[in-house]
Amino acid sequence: MTDVRIDETRTSERAPRIGESAPRPDGIPKVDGSFTFSSDLWHDRMLWGGTLRSPHPSARIRSIDIGPAVAVTGVHAVLTAADVPGNPAYGLEHADQPVLAADVVRYEGEPVAIVAADHPEAVRLALEAIVVDYESTVPLVDPGAAESSDPIHPDGNLIRRIHLRHGDQDVVGEVVVEGTYEVGMQDQAFLGPESGLAVPAEDGGVDLFIATQWLHVDRDQVAACLGLAPELVRLTLAGVGGAFGAREDLSLHAHLCLLALHTRRPVKMVYSREESFHGHVHRHPARMWYRHHADRAGNLLRVEARLLLDGGAYASSSGAVIANATCFAAGPYRIPSADIEGVVVRTNNPPCGAMRGFGAVQTCIGHEAQMDRLAAALDMDPVELRMRNVLASGDRLLTGQVITGTAPVAEVLRTCADHPSAAALSEDPMSLPGGAGRTADPEHVHRGEAIALGFKNLLFSEGFDDFSSALCRLEDGIATITCACAEVGQGFVTLAQQITREVLGVDDVVLTPASTATVGSAGSTSASRQTWMSGGAVQAACEEVRTTLLTRVAAEHGVDPDELVMADGRVMSLAGALDIDLASVTTEPVEADVEFHHAPTSPLDEYGQGDAHVSFAFSAHRAIVDVDRDLGLVKVVELTTSQDVGRVLNPLQAVGQLEGGAAQGVGLAVMEEVQVLDGRIRNASFTDYLVPTALDMPPVEIAALIEEPEPGAPFGAKGIGEPPSISSTAAVVAAIRAATDLELAHVPVRPTDIALAGA
Amino acid sequence: MEAMSVTFARTVDDACAALAEHPGALLLAGGTDLMVGVNRGQVRFADVVVLDRVDELRGWRREGDEIVLGAGLTYAEMGRGELPALVPALAQASRTVGSPQIRNAGTLGGNVATSSPAGDTLPVLAALDATIDLRSAQGARRLAIGEFVTGVKQNALEPGELIEAVRVPVLDGPQEFLKVGTRNAMVISVVSLALVVDRSGRNVRVGLGSVSPVPLRPADAEAHIAGCIDWDTGSAPDAAAVHRFAALVAGAARPIDDHRGTAAYRSHAVGVLARRALLRAFPGGAS
Repeated sequence: MTDVRIDETRTSERAPRIGESAPRPDGIPKVDGSFTFSSDLWHDRMLWGGTLRSPHPSARIRSIDIGPAVAVTGVHAVLTAADVPGNPAYGLEHADQPVLAADVVRYEGEPVAIVAADHPEAVRLALEAIVVDYESTVPLVDPGAAESSDPIHPDGNLIRRIHLRHGDQDVVGEVVVEGTYEVGMQDQAFLGPESGLAVPAEDGGVDLFIATQWLHVDRDQVAACLGLAPELVRLTLAGVGGAFGAREDLSLHAHLCLLALHTRRPVKMVYSREESFHGHVHRHPARMWYRHHADRAGNLLRVEARLLLDGGAYASSSGAVIANATCFAAGPYRIPSADIEGVVVRTNNPPCGAMRGFGAVQTCIGHEAQMDRLAAALDMDPVELRMRNVLASGDRLLTGQVITGTAPVAEVLRTCADHPSAAALSEDPMSLPGGAGRTADPEHVHRGEAIALGFKNLLFSEGFDDFSSALCRLEDGIATITCACAEVGQGFVTLAQQITREVLGVDDVVLTPASTATVGSAGSTSASRQTWMSGGAVQAACEEVRTTLLTRVAAEHGVDPDELVMADGRVMSLAGALDIDLASVTTEPVEADVEFHHAPTSPLDEYGQGDAHVSFAFSAHRAIVDVDRDLGLVKVVELTTSQDVGRVLNPLQAVGQLEGGAAQGVGLAVMEEVQVLDGRIRNASFTDYLVPTALDMPPVEIAALIEEPEPGAPFGAKGIGEPPSISSTAAVVAAIRAATDLELAHVPVRPTDIALAGA
Repeated sequence: MEAMSVTFARTVDDACAALAEHPGALLLAGGTDLMVGVNRGQVRFADVVVLDRVDELRGWRREGDEIVLGAGLTYAEMGRGELPALVPALAQASRTVGSPQIRNAGTLGGNVATSSPAGDTLPVLAALDATIDLRSAQGARRLAIGEFVTGVKQNALEPGELIEAVRVPVLDGPQEFLKVGTRNAMVISVVSLALVVDRSGRNVRVGLGSVSPVPLRPADAEAHIAGCIDWDTGSAPDAAAVHRFAALVAGAARPIDDHRGTAAYRSHAVGVLARRALLRAFPGGAS
């Protein structure tokens, strides 16, 4: 085929409304292999693209000779930094990351040159033929030394420092506990590597089909790098194989467009798995020091913390991540006094940025360990200590902000803690720590149980107006929704249809492909925001269509529009006199085009104070683990969770989010770590970057979905994607501590941390 | 680019003839290890001889007290039928390899030919004193597993030669294979251990994986424990004997630090595995 086609999503049976389980239209195709991922895109005239990456974490580029690569048969273009016509750098918060490195490389794997050729093998040969003369320099790899080291970037080594101070700074508790914690670098480990297809257009612009999380912000960055007007760069969402934050930054977007515009041919690029580990940001590694103060009764009085995140070579979204880490550093507890310093620095390590949980994952590991430590110091039950201090609506956060929305933290914690456990000790070695390796017998196993509580903000913060746009068109009884919301697995495809059906009383709903060419920005698919923001935009657009239509029908029939309802594909009056087929009154289409904004927020002031956040969501996990202390191997036996969800819109998907998020949390607790040594990734493969298998992931027991509708959110629904990955890790690690009586400061907990503790 | 030859052999003779013609040819069976290297550009080749259609390589048979395992036997096949009863440690080791898809494709011959320190069947073959039947157009030869594997991914296979079969004894006594990985399934070995008891030969044989360049036999540990067992009653060794056995096994290990584990952890863990394997083989012993 020569035209790239992205299918629309369509249903027309009597289909699920709000609150009913709606199966994903792409669910079965993803399982049976028929779904078209971005890596499956094809164009008959297309070339293949590839990227030459720096082998050094830090080096000066003395020269690049592309001559031998250009001479390779089948090569159509070899481009370097000199070929970037527009802005030489891009970035989510600061444009500090070169499209292609010019005179210096700052991390291993940084793109240096790109190639387009008529065969992937020709691409490989051309990449090998490029001669780069590097002068390797000593990499800055210790984040603790970043601020005192020579700047490795013109913007300096400090990306952001927030020093939050709240309440009386002289408070000292009767009981004080202190701890230091370290979190390793987690990868999003999506299954579909970075891939896309750029097609040059007649008008001098380019169409890019790409798996991403925010089409419009990608477009703006790409257009700036290409030196083109934004409307000449059109992005359409291609099938996304997972995201989890790793697709928030540009990867191959600008490279593809440069190659397509240069060669006047469509160009496709697909990263290999190893390349993907170098091609996207990771979760920030963290070093955290905490001191908690409480009175003898267990009331929290003050928290002090020092948080250091390693941002890697470029800023990405580090500034927002450290803000989250700082604001939510102490967890969902009522604390009158705090001194929290959050710092994120630049190093020659791999760049870090967004990942599910966004800063709150790391600090949850810290604050929950502290709560357990405090409970031990007070000789108090850890759940009771938490219950005594949990936030509620009307309470003040460490930022001074008063929670005006719902905050059913006590219910979340209580329901999770009280849920009965079904976990018995297995006799089957496959179900013991070590699993298929048959290393443990039941007498080698020590069981531990613990609970953790976590929270984070929903939607963007600190004054950012992350609106969403949606178009609704009702014609011949069929509703068509257009929204640029990136479906990355979170479930907007079902929710948009469910919301439309609910508001317009129709079954036939068409969701057109997400594209920058047809509608305004939907904002990012991140921050647990799309159900609220794009769901809100769809709801508002549908409501506007409904109002317009009912006003017109009411006028034609001389009735009060408030007397009319839309249901089951008909317009009816409440009194029953009027009952019209919807298709017959929508031969003339009714349309609405809305922008949906959340309540405004404020920046943080110099003390880290301000009404910076829109809303919050809370979750608890209880973990039961079996540990083989001699070998340091862990089997997570059971995970129980409760979550504050506002309202469940699609129960099936809600369960999926809770299970999937918990799996990522289990991974971080016991195995997922990008190992970086001297600035180099040692395990850039799924052979050595381990994610949980079915033998590692226990059943997730959902104790309760707490439904207290959130004001301002569509149907009261809070975003639910991130909390499951926040408290799950902390709970599993705490359960391992309970089973071993070890402090276990490093997460993920490694076998050696247990087996050789004290050795 | 030069033309590449691909030979789909139907018989061992076919394969040997193709190899004689292209001595540098790559032998492809399950491809579970090889293709990773090919896809990463680390393995380059001009000629390929495909072995997975050679029926002679696929099955296994019993010859007296020996089992002759075809090189094309998959991990899944080694875990099915009568084999788990005849060579339990081999079945246990096979179960720890990869996912069901990998176990359906990967072969015993491939594992031996790859000769990785982390190859899961190698400690078992070492403990069993397995021999490797090699074939080429020039003829056949047989090597002990210890002669065959010569280093990290190094072996005695000559150009033009292929692995036809692996011979293991049927022993009278329990067998155990234990493997440590940082995940409960589908994981490369951080350290592994096979222990087989030969009651008629009155010995306990141990193979260690991932703790040295080649699969290791801790001779001192084997000699020590054989002397601590009352072979007439089959009674379990006492606590001190078990402890010393584990220490000798750990002492024999020559592990390295890498991204999968530290040398210190491997030495410690192999001792733990030794103790547990021995106590499983001789239940009722000191724990």
